Amino acid sequence: MDDIKTVAVAGAGTMGSGISIVAARAGFETYLFDTSEDTIARARKQIEGFFAKSVAKGKLTEEQVSEILSRMHGTSKMEDLASCDLVIEAVFEDLNVKHDLLGRLNDVCPEHTIFASNTSTLSISEIAGGSGRSDRVVGMHFCLPAQLMKLVEMSPGLNTAEETFKKAWAFCESLKQKPVRTQDTPGFILNYFLVPFNNDVIRLIESGVAEPADVDRAIKKGLGYPMGPCELLDLIGLDTQVRLCEAFYEVTKDPRAACPPLLKRMVAANRLGRKTGQGFYNYEQNAMFGG
Amino acid sequence: MEYQVIKAEGESRSFPDGSEFMSNASESSEIVVLIGSNAGDALGALSDQESKRAILVELGTECLALHTGESRGREGSNILGFARFRLGNDAPSDLVELVCQPNSSEEAIDSAIQLFKEAGLEVSVCRDFAGRIIDRLVRPYYNEALRRLDEGLATADDLDLTLKLGLGYPEGPIELLERSGLADHHDVTKPLFEVYGERAYAPARRAIVAKQRTQK
Repeated sequence: MDDIKTVAVAGAGTMGSGISIVAARAGFETYLFDTSEDTIARARKQIEGFFAKSVAKGKLTEEQVSEILSRMHGTSKMEDLASCDLVIEAVFEDLNVKHDLLGRLNDVCPEHTIFASNTSTLSISEIAGGSGRSDRVVGMHFCLPAQLMKLVEMSPGLNTAEETFKKAWAFCESLKQKPVRTQDTPGFILNYFLVPFNNDVIRLIESGVAEPADVDRAIKKGLGYPMGPCELLDLIGLDTQVRLCEAFYEVTKDPRAACPPLLKRMVAANRLGRKTGQGFYNYEQNAMFGG
Repeated sequence: MEYQVIKAEGESRSFPDGSEFMSNASESSEIVVLIGSNAGDALGALSDQESKRAILVELGTECLALHTGESRGREGSNILGFARFRLGNDAPSDLVELVCQPNSSEEAIDSAIQLFKEAGLEVSVCRDFAGRIIDRLVRPYYNEALRRLDEGLATADDLDLTLKLGLGYPEGPIELLERSGLADHHDVTKPLFEVYGERAYAPARRAIVAKQRTQK
């Protein structure tokens, strides 16, 4: 990728850290930006831990890791991103937060810099509307965990220039990722199908058709899925599913996207899944939560 | 565990002719398995039903209650329904959906689970609702994939690739439906639409066209 040499990832949470690993590993000078120094320090520690495992597993040598880490620069100063050819934002899924970030980046970054959004629910066209450069904004949705998953959903907004999209696509391929082109519609492909499907599962449990373990067993054994939907929901967090429902239903008004009452009750009871030790399954006692 | 198999008219989608499950059956037993596409119709001819530990009726898309009747939400006996999940003409999967009613006999349920496990199958227990577990969950997903393909969300290849890479599914929805049969999908999802009345179950245009082509 000749045109893009230096990249930045804005937002040093789980997603942003993972994307920065992918970029630095592929040879790009990579800035990991966050307004919080603590968050940057925590991300650096997690990134170093990830690479330590890579060495332990024999996937990378210590020399290679040292080289990769030398390309990664944590910063809380937006001015440090002035040399970037592409910035991938991975901040909170709030349109105002993203507009504020991109507006400030627009003042700092040169004209040619492409802004990519890792949003999974918001419209690329709407995000681009607050960027000051809507022809140079593109959707680039990595899957969790970004450092392991190859798929990237790429979406042009209404004003995205074809040249911008092509450059971003080539960049994505140079990361050794697998881009797929989707329309700028809510949830792109993955979440468009996954969020209502998971809600259907929750409603089925709530209506007493089957217990979570029976649903998971049926889906895994009958269809060959690697995880049952209740196991997956517990992994991604039931609070995350609520946020996805709210974002989707707001835009689509699709009844399947509406948050099921059982989901709301479980979140209210702090049964968020693995992160709180209890969701559809109890991770301390290995007992099940029934509908 | 001993069991008796009674083959009703019509091919069994769970245990096709010649399957080991049938050859291992006894002449008579306290557990009776009715198989065939008209297994429910054979139930009436089965004598001495109350003395059986379990009577297992193979189901198609219908509810067990079609054969047993229902009574104010108190229905249930030693008669259970079952079906091995199967897509189109694929071989039957190793998953049995075991259909119970509110007052189904616990002994019958335990016996059925043990019987199918000994036959090398896994069992998911569910209540007597159309579509049981898997069809009720996946048919809206398949319909939506077909609709979004029509609307140009992405190419068929990219839809399939995304769902395989992103979620680890063994097959994308479009290739799965092409392989197992769009007309078959139509035949499964249409009765669900009639029962639930929800758009998600309405057969997608491509499924309707495929069905119509089989009738030309």
